[in-house]
Amino acid sequence: MSERPYLPCREIIAFLADYLDGALAAETRSEFDRHLAVCPSCVAYLASYRDTIRMAKAASIDADADDPPEELVRAIVASVHGE
Amino acid sequence: MRLHAGVSHLGRTALNAISIDADLVARLQAGDSGAFEALVRQYSMPLLRVARRFLRSEEHARDAVQDAFISAYKSIGRFASTSRLSTWLHRIVVNASLMRLRTQRRHPEEDIESHLPRFLEDGHQVAPSVAWSEPADEMVQREEVRGIVRAAIDRLPEQYRIVLLLRDIEEMTTEETAEALGITANAVKIRLHRARQALRTLLDPHMRGATR
Repeated sequence: MSERPYLPCREIIAFLADYLDGALAAETRSEFDRHLAVCPSCVAYLASYRDTIRMAKAASIDADADDPPEELVRAIVASVHGE
Repeated sequence: MRLHAGVSHLGRTALNAISIDADLVARLQAGDSGAFEALVRQYSMPLLRVARRFLRSEEHARDAVQDAFISAYKSIGRFASTSRLSTWLHRIVVNASLMRLRTQRRHPEEDIESHLPRFLEDGHQVAPSVAWSEPADEMVQREEVRGIVRAAIDRLPEQYRIVLLLRDIEEMTTEETAEALGITANAVKIRLHRARQALRTLLDPHMRGATR
């Protein structure tokens, strides 16, 4: 059994973005995985961090197929054609 | 359905869009005055949605869209046919929105430090994290939750909010974001991570189970 100390939660959370991007060296990544295997708090943090990214994107994208405001279209065309 | 020459229906739709854009660009570059109005009618709504994400007032968002189309009109001669017209216009309206933001007075901002996780001396979190109650994809279907998320993004200090928008919403790369903001790629990475952490903190009390 390994006697190595686990990375502290502080280190896990500091490098979470790199972990999700797959930007960590293999050895560091395996240390992350070893920590996550025994730390429910960091597992919950990782999941909610990932959910935060998904929700920010989904809540910001407005898929309504509105027509453009007519006065805006006219103002833009007039600004270019000098009408 | 029989596929023509190995091109799927979706692939053909995308090819049609590129073909229509290529025709529009050719007309614009030839000085066809009707082509510019067609361009504005086709793209002003998607561009307005982008500008609204950056600028808090509708008036400023519309001004940014107008700035973007004027800029596009002036530089259409340099448009490379290898680019997608929608991608090119997207980049222009993002830049126009950032320009508008730089000229606006700043609002009082919360200190981002107060929204970052805190740690004990031994490196554990002061307040252990708890799993959220539902999958994000389900929660964000509810308009109430979408409103909570948008309001939380709006509470982020400006330099963090903008990086979050550029990277996670507009899907620009770290390098593109760094160039647009005139900061280093490392600064983009640091701001993005802090912005996501602060946003997570702001959403946490809502997402632990009190949104139904």
